[in-house]
Order: sequence, then structure tokens, then C-alpha cells
Amino acid sequence: MENFTPLASALGGLLIGVASAMMLVLNGRIAGISGITGGVLKLQSGETVWRALFVAGLLVGGFAYHAFAPDAFAIEIDRSTGALLAAGVLVGIGTQMGNGCTSGHGICGLSRFSPRSLVAVLTFMATAAATVAAVSHFFGGTL
Amino acid sequence: MSQNEPNKVQQYGAAFVTGLVFAVGLALSGMTQPAKVIGFFDFSEGLTSWDPSLAFVMGGGMLVYMPVFRLFTKRTRPLFDTRFRLPTRRDIDLRLLGGAALFGIGWGLGGYCPGPALTSAGALSSKAFTVVGGMLIGMFLFQQVDKLRARRAEKKQASPNGQPEKAVS
Repeated sequence: MENFTPLASALGGLLIGVASAMMLVLNGRIAGISGITGGVLKLQSGETVWRALFVAGLLVGGFAYHAFAPDAFAIEIDRSTGALLAAGVLVGIGTQMGNGCTSGHGICGLSRFSPRSLVAVLTFMATAAATVAAVSHFFGGTL
Repeated sequence: MSQNEPNKVQQYGAAFVTGLVFAVGLALSGMTQPAKVIGFFDFSEGLTSWDPSLAFVMGGGMLVYMPVFRLFTKRTRPLFDTRFRLPTRRDIDLRLLGGAALFGIGWGLGGYCPGPALTSAGALSSKAFTVVGGMLIGMFLFQQVDKLRARRAEKKQASPNGQPEKAVS
């Protein structure tokens, strides 16, 4: 547990909770990042601008944070471009098919006691752990 | 401005600021470092390689969201819209399981889930660009295939009695 950052991670988590709560209290919606992002691609009228602005907020937030603390984006992993592209495609297909990711099913869904979200979280946690174990065991952690 | 009319400008501003706060939370939490995410699932060297940080991120998020959700959804409407738009489904189907399973494989492979991938792309990380590119391709592909599938199901339903029925999404 040499890389464990309980305080920063809990504080960051609280802030993520605040953002998710803002989306509920102000706009009455679930702060599910994959749903919002995927929704931009669908171009439904009246549903595109707010979604695009939320995504823009994420991008601008990342840019600004990097300007002050580039270390927050520093520790990467040993993956080829092909592996990262495949990872992205799987995340894209999976989150659209399963209606959510770590934010929508994880933080929002579990807090709402949604049975679908609980099942989704247990499933994606299990396959993520299996994938990490497989990459570590068969490829020595590099792919 | 009438209280019953949703104010688009307020909604748009709220969406942008929510995205900003979300990104800061993700970066602070360490989730924009794929190694920390992989570390949560890595027991290759037992507890030495394990990094429990992700559980603290989820716990922190739920600590805030759970009480706000319980208290606030007793109201009839959010501040900037006429009603809540929340998921209502409770059924567990194969699509949910399959989708979640695929997402988990991608998450474990790249170390990025959608939020951190977008936030890191904003920070101009080239690896995150690749993941976000793949993610958008995957989302678009699935949506197109799903549209085709829904249209076919609609036709099938319509053909026996000639009565077209509305597809359920």
C-alpha cells in the first residue's frame, strides 16, 4: 500500500460528490459521465448543449488543474497506443450498452440503492480486477 | 422569468460548473493517474502492490451524494428545471451485465474510466487522447448498431398484424 493516498482521495471523492449533488439539485439529473458524453453524440434537440457544456467543464477543469499541479496527471502505465485504443473502445461500447460507468452507476446509483447499479458495479469491478490480473500474469504488467 | 419555465441559461451554466468541479475532484482524488486505478485491482504482490485509494474516492462521493439525494428528491422539482429526470428501471438484464463486463475490461486494460479520461484529455495527456478517441468511436458504434437493432425489432413486431408498435428503448 505504498502509493495509498487516503486524504487526497477522500477529499477528491467529496468534491465529486458535491459535483454530482449539484447536477441533481440544480438540473435534476444524474451526473453520469458516460451517459452525458454519449448523449452529445446522439444530437437530440434540447439535450445537446447542456451535455456538451458539462463535458467542456471537465476538459477545462483538467486543463486548469494541470496548469497548477501537473503531477496529478503524471503517473501513467505501460500500455501501447493499440492497447489504449482498444481500452477506450471497450469503455465506450460497455458504458452505452450497460447504461453507465463509475459515476452514474457507482457514486449516484449506489447512493440511490439502485439494484441495476449495484449489479453493474459488482460486474465491472470484477472484470476490471480480472483484466488487471491477466495483464500482470500473462504480460508482466505491460501491454 | 416564470417559476415554472426551465431557464436554459441557468441549466447550461450549472452543467459547465458541475463539469469543472467534477474534474477538480477527479484530479485531486488521484483517479487521473491510471496507475492508481490499476493499483486498486493489483494484488500481484499482495497488499504491497494494493492501493485502496479508489475506495476512498467512491466513499467520499457517496458520503455527500447519499444524504443530498434522500433529502432533496422529496421536493417536487430541482432549482433550474420543472421536474427531476432520474432513472426508474430496476430490472437486471443481459445487456446491463454484458455492458458492465465490457466496460470493466476496458477500465482494467487502460486504467481510465470516462471521467478521468476526459479530464486528462483536457490536461493534454496523449494517452488520454487515445482512450477518449477510442471511447467516442465505441459509443458511436454501439449507438448505431443499437438503432439498427431497434428498427429491426420494430419491423418484426409490425409485420404479423400490420400494426406498427413503438419500440421500447
